[in-house]
Amino acid sequence: MLPDVDDDAIFKALADPTRRHLLDRLFERDGRTLTELESELEMTRFGVMKHLRVLEDAGLVATRRQGREKLHYLNPVPIRLIHDRWIDKYTEHRVAALADLKNELEETA
Amino acid sequence: MSTMTAQATQVYEVYIKATPQQIWDAITKPEFTEKYFYGSRITVSEDEYLSLDGKGDTLVRGKVLEIDAPHRLVTGWRALYDPETATEEDSRVTWEIEPQDGGYSKLRVVHDQLEGAPKTALSVAGGWSYVLSGLKTLLETGKPLAG
Repeated sequence: MLPDVDDDAIFKALADPTRRHLLDRLFERDGRTLTELESELEMTRFGVMKHLRVLEDAGLVATRRQGREKLHYLNPVPIRLIHDRWIDKYTEHRVAALADLKNELEETA
Repeated sequence: MSTMTAQATQVYEVYIKATPQQIWDAITKPEFTEKYFYGSRITVSEDEYLSLDGKGDTLVRGKVLEIDAPHRLVTGWRALYDPETATEEDSRVTWEIEPQDGGYSKLRVVHDQLEGAPKTALSVAGGWSYVLSGLKTLLETGKPLAG
């Protein structure tokens, strides 16, 4: 399966608090090894590996080899694609209306 | 309040239903880049990667370090669109395009060597996702992202 071709894989990967926590850790600082990530989580190495694998399959985590180490990076592009595909479509008008209201209120204040 | 910082190595990946050559053209030809890359007109010669705005002012400039069309492009990156980033050290951008099954290609962009360019790092951190999402939309639908 191709990673972010499949929206389901992204939503499923995000539908788990541990995996969201892993993404937050990578957002703070990425390019980390499994061992580094494991040391910050109350979880077995196998558990962290399993969750990272789901994130990788969904395209949310990208990896690079550096010597013998495998470094994990947060790949934000699939989340952006969901934003552009889903969020923009439904929020555009409402957000625009709120922005107009805010401007109007601030001008008259 | 803490100061915002961004990573000195940033990795972005996206799968696009297009051939490596189509993706290569979309990242190296101005008639494509102006449709998804903040309206910028980008050209790549043997020795220079150059991004200009509509008025012809330079937005980004970098030396071409490696070029292997349509699979790999490595360039320097100096962001001249902001006086604060313009004085920072050059960083580096690597584009890698790999064909996949089903008519897809995988595009990976690595922006690294940003240690001497923290303001550039922050500036591009949100930008790359937007640009690559727009590139995918353009190649797959023929249309730029709305809005």
